[in-house]
Amino acid sequence: MARVWDEALLVRLQRAAFSYLSEYANDDTGLVADTSRQGSPCSIAVVGFALSCYPVAVRNGWLSRADAAARTLKILRFFSQSTQSDASDATGYKGFYYHFLDMRTGRRVWRCELSLIDTALLIAGVLVAGCYFDAAGEGEIRELADALYRRVDWRWAQNGARGLSQGWKPESGFLHYRWEGYNEAALLYVLGLGSPTFPLTPVAYRTWQLTYQWENLLGRDVLYSGPLFTHLFSHAWIDFRGIRDAFMREKGSDYFENTKSAIAIHREYGERNPYGFKAYSRDFWGVTAGDGPMPLHRRDRRFFGYMSRGVPYGPDDGTIAPWAMLATLPFAPEAAVAGTRRLLEIYPQVCRQDRFSSGFNPTLRGNAGGWLSEGWYGLDQGLVAMMIENHRTGLIWEIVRHCSYVRDGLKRAGFEGGWL
Amino acid sequence: MQNATSRAKPDEEQTFLSRVRPEDWENPEPRSGYDFAIVGAGPAGLAAAESAARLGFSVVLIERNRLGGNSLNVGSVPSKAIIRSARVYGTMRDAEEFGAPVANEPALEFGKVMARMRRIRMRISEHHSVHGLAELGIDIFFGSARFDSTDALLVGDTRLHFKKALIATGARPRAPDISGLDETGYRTSATIFELTALPKRLAVIGGGPLGCELAQAFCRLGSHVTIVQNDAKFLPREERDAAEILSRSLARDGVEIRLNTTVVGARRDGGAKTLHIVNSGNESEIQADEVLLSIGRVPNVEELGLESAGVDFDTDQGIRVDDFLCSTNPNVYAAGDVCLELRFTNAAQSSACMAVQNALMKMQQRKSGATVPWCTYCDPEIAHIGLHVWEARQQSIPIKSFTVMMHDVDRSITDGQNTGFVKIHTAEGSDRILGATIVASRASELINEMAVVMNAGIGMKALAAVVHTYPAQSEAIMLAAQAYKRFDEAAEMEVRRAGSE
Repeated sequence: MARVWDEALLVRLQRAAFSYLSEYANDDTGLVADTSRQGSPCSIAVVGFALSCYPVAVRNGWLSRADAAARTLKILRFFSQSTQSDASDATGYKGFYYHFLDMRTGRRVWRCELSLIDTALLIAGVLVAGCYFDAAGEGEIRELADALYRRVDWRWAQNGARGLSQGWKPESGFLHYRWEGYNEAALLYVLGLGSPTFPLTPVAYRTWQLTYQWENLLGRDVLYSGPLFTHLFSHAWIDFRGIRDAFMREKGSDYFENTKSAIAIHREYGERNPYGFKAYSRDFWGVTAGDGPMPLHRRDRRFFGYMSRGVPYGPDDGTIAPWAMLATLPFAPEAAVAGTRRLLEIYPQVCRQDRFSSGFNPTLRGNAGGWLSEGWYGLDQGLVAMMIENHRTGLIWEIVRHCSYVRDGLKRAGFEGGWL
Repeated sequence: MQNATSRAKPDEEQTFLSRVRPEDWENPEPRSGYDFAIVGAGPAGLAAAESAARLGFSVVLIERNRLGGNSLNVGSVPSKAIIRSARVYGTMRDAEEFGAPVANEPALEFGKVMARMRRIRMRISEHHSVHGLAELGIDIFFGSARFDSTDALLVGDTRLHFKKALIATGARPRAPDISGLDETGYRTSATIFELTALPKRLAVIGGGPLGCELAQAFCRLGSHVTIVQNDAKFLPREERDAAEILSRSLARDGVEIRLNTTVVGARRDGGAKTLHIVNSGNESEIQADEVLLSIGRVPNVEELGLESAGVDFDTDQGIRVDDFLCSTNPNVYAAGDVCLELRFTNAAQSSACMAVQNALMKMQQRKSGATVPWCTYCDPEIAHIGLHVWEARQQSIPIKSFTVMMHDVDRSITDGQNTGFVKIHTAEGSDRILGATIVASRASELINEMAVVMNAGIGMKALAAVVHTYPAQSEAIMLAAQAYKRFDEAAEMEVRRAGSE
């Protein structure tokens, strides 16, 4: 990897990230693999990122508009025609979809959950497609996107409660896990509130906000959430600059500024490095959800497999997500560049074929100067491609600003000001 | 040496019993009437009896079993003694980190662990012994009590008239609703301390304070422990971050964790006990030699003749009391686990003293005005006082937490006890302290500084100026207050700057 850090390199990394979404898509269904590993099923969230990235590819000249439209249409048709029922091997139910699907058949795998947040990430991509493809010959995309969004029964997902569960299974019903504390569910709530057919009740968002924690942490005020990705996912689609709900009006901040604070806390944590992990510093950070070494208990250290890691309460086993610093470009470009550049200088192996791996742990000895996650994860690649684009042109933010459902959802959540 | 069965010396056990339930005890001749009758001699009953007697009132104290209640006999005291042994044992295994490698795995003599527990229980029983209470002029009756009117109790055939009464009968472990568990056999807090051998495999049902404490302790002592919690997290009453740290600590110790999992059946397979569990529709089984049931407690309200006394109650919530701890009979009060949501020894004692003041001294002390800290004694300990963040937000109180991580506190680092945090919750825009949550090796001690601060009405500014010893883990409290002060000063400067422009 060249030491030079310039726009061309950024575009190269972005294109490589995007190319994952294209390379690991099924030709028939359009579904995109969760990871590059052999036999990986589709993650519906990754499909949401792919749908959002096709306009990015068009804008950058990596795909023709017709090609992007065709790929988009393939995905939308698949979901539109897929089985929606309470059968244990359906693709979805009540307009929601199972977290992981068979790449070829699109049926549920691994007895996984009907996932609310992953459906939201998918639907966000669906809405991007519906807004972006606005030409006369692209009407089917708009119709399918609208129908898929309207079909989601957000009200059912409330299950009579005020807040939302994290999912549902045909075998056991709604999961006990509920959305607690600020996190990536902001997107889920906004999309759920904006529905013209089965909207969340207005109290749902307020109920979730009752679990918010406003803290002074490592010297900064922040709406706390530990894993870095929770401060990024919703922001990949929604430009939160200058728009505020009641909570942020009370705090004199907004969610964009909050992500900046969270990034500063992650850097400060890297600098303090309380557990003495190798390489941690102000320019080596990115503790978030991602692949990890394995459940391994050494006398002095404990390591984890794939899990959501967080700062400062943990868990933290010295594993960072190499893509995470770059994904913060729109919020803290100097920190993102400084960190990523340093990472690539010291550990260039974390970026193969210009794509960042999901996890890297230099504390745990391995052949790659530490433990290195094998292959790539689609979520990481999608987020990187979108965030670089938002940093460079604001394209996704601009598209979503014009989505009436998102605008309605934000307003129902109490957002005001700025571009709203 | 896991099967060692050495017991406390018989004279130690006899000494203990002679203090809490003498075999040769004869109930006294009842007086014609008592100023104050107390049913139940657990922490609440004992505190009330001593308090009322010292105020000069005639007091009768009635106990069905042993003095001391759950806390002394099967609760706080025995569990903390065992937790202490487990900590020592755990530290020995980690001794290499401190430059003191142990050549071989340290041996454990479980019988001695239990004998130590019994010795400690015996020693502490001295603080409220039957003879000590009698010396205070308290009439003690052993036996089951029931109201037979609004102003009298029956103990056997003996009628005891009272002007005021206090119900302090406590609570007992909730009975299971698990098919086959009764036949399979299980232990509760009431029977776990009767173990004579360390179980090789222990299954704990319930992730509340006692379940977590004993799961960790038995795991450290060498049992293979599986804890099953029918919820997405442990300690549902505690803050998410605290509960998650505990979860990781349990896992680090080797406890097998099954969250969001329900036990739906049990059976005996030869010598083993098999639990049938379900997690998100996936069924599986756990094998254990002993099962500890810790799914909460229910108030002891049955067979008390409460209807005769005109006292309303609920079998789940307990005695219905107003904010002054008075029941629906104006002469009958309640205190402790039988009526409180917070079922802790200190809450019981505090409420009992309040009830005495209200019943006998015509005071108007409110239970809602009490600021009671509590603690779960895992490692690290989890302690709390005052409002939780979500409670403040439910009440529309703007709240801001000032957090200091224990890994940033020098003494925690030197002690190798750097897991956890101190969070002080403040009313945003002021330095008023609304509550605090502490996760630390000795959170049970640290939280008491916050109790003093909150009860004295000390704010963050004043707290920031209190010089603490250095190094000390309690320095985290001062650092949190100083973080507040820095922000407050920065805000003031901002206002001044804006004014001058």
